[in-house]
Amino acid sequence: MHVPDGFLDGPTSLATVGVATVAVAAALRGARRELDDRTAPLAGLVAVFVFAAQMVNFPVGAGTSGHLMGGVLAAVLVGPWTATLALTVVLVVQALAFADGGLTAIGTNVTLIAVVAVWVGYGVFRLVQAVRPQSHRLIPFAAAIGALVSVPAAALVFTGLWAVGGAAPIDLGLLATTMISWHSLIGIGEAVITFLAVSAVLSARPDIVHAARHLTSQPELQVRTAAETSS
Amino acid sequence: MGAAHGHSLHYHGHSVLHRTPVHAKIVGLLAFVSVVVLTPGAYVLAFAAYAIIIAVLVAVSEVPVRYVLRRLWPVVPFVGVALLLPVVATGERVDVGPVSLAVEGLRGGLTLLLKVLLAATSAVLFAATTEPRELVRGLDQLRLPQPLVQILAFMLRYLEVVADEVRRMSIALTSRGFRARSPRHWPVLARTLGALFIRSYERGERVHLAMVSRGYTGRMPMRHTPAAVRDWARVAAVPAAAALALVTAALLPVGRLP
Repeated sequence: MHVPDGFLDGPTSLATVGVATVAVAAALRGARRELDDRTAPLAGLVAVFVFAAQMVNFPVGAGTSGHLMGGVLAAVLVGPWTATLALTVVLVVQALAFADGGLTAIGTNVTLIAVVAVWVGYGVFRLVQAVRPQSHRLIPFAAAIGALVSVPAAALVFTGLWAVGGAAPIDLGLLATTMISWHSLIGIGEAVITFLAVSAVLSARPDIVHAARHLTSQPELQVRTAAETSS
Repeated sequence: MGAAHGHSLHYHGHSVLHRTPVHAKIVGLLAFVSVVVLTPGAYVLAFAAYAIIIAVLVAVSEVPVRYVLRRLWPVVPFVGVALLLPVVATGERVDVGPVSLAVEGLRGGLTLLLKVLLAATSAVLFAATTEPRELVRGLDQLRLPQPLVQILAFMLRYLEVVADEVRRMSIALTSRGFRARSPRHWPVLARTLGALFIRSYERGERVHLAMVSRGYTGRMPMRHTPAAVRDWARVAAVPAAAALALVTAALLPVGRLP
């Protein structure tokens, strides 16, 4: 769910636009390193993937279902800079073409989802991965823990923003507890799905997983003449 | 694109709103929504005026009201939040029947409800009268950084393709007797996501190679639509009317919440 218009006051919204602008500018530089000149087509398709992945409903029981947010999943699969860009574009499209998330809240949503969720989650992922950097099997677990932390982290930052410029005064302790406990539950779902999806990609195409790139040897292209190959 | 009659997000038409250059429309939309969001909650009259402005625009756009209402569903949870605010907010309280409600919460909740609905309706109207392809062009014309414009262009171009892919995968699962009912079925769904990622990524690689072989150098040529003074004037009229309503509401001694 994205923050709509009118949730936070003008100055707070404007401040988050500043944060988002700086972060996206940095991501534009960073993504060039992750993907070189393939940035636009690949990040575009990653954005479509995140968008389409959010369409898949995961049944929770009792008739309700939830969907993936996908920040940490994207960061582990294609790298955090590209993930920030892809999620930013997803949020812009959702705001302008679906009225999902406010237009004046676009800075807030980019800050919460494309910056905080992606980077906190990816940071936790890297910390866990550092325990055994050469392990293949640790990657899905580390991604799951990153995803688990990323959702309540974004909720916590939202609580902070509400404290600065919310639409009505709410007991902040109550708001923080509700937001964090509710989003921790969502985070568990996010963690399980991220774990399963990362495992699936790792088993089929480990070479394209950004977080496992150092584990797969990328053989040099060899050019041989016909005589060499036939011998 | 897969769909025969353009995008499902876009309501085909030839009204003034459809014909206005997109970059001007984006500026107008942002200005209007900003005025709405920055209006202090006490000026009820101003909100009534905004609602009238939007109603006039919907009428001019020839987009059916039912279509607009149906596309408002993303804001439904936040209507719930707005209704909850009077109960959970702190500060001075009043008793309405058996429940005690916070004054600040009532005020904040009502304002939030009005702002969320008004802003979302204007966004839906914008989306309904704008073709996705035009949206990319408009953002490019507004000097959004090139890489972002291109990512956006790719996203919108392949949105239907990948969404169809998701649909095909789910039909394939269903036709083999799979029905997702509980978290026990998550592994199947998550593997689908994994496959979807690989397909999307590989499609990205193929598209990139195809483009490079046709001379892609990292920029995409885009023809800009010039906006005439008349277009800008028409676009500016909307936020100007809203601003006028706001000033009037601020000066009038009546029609204000305590």
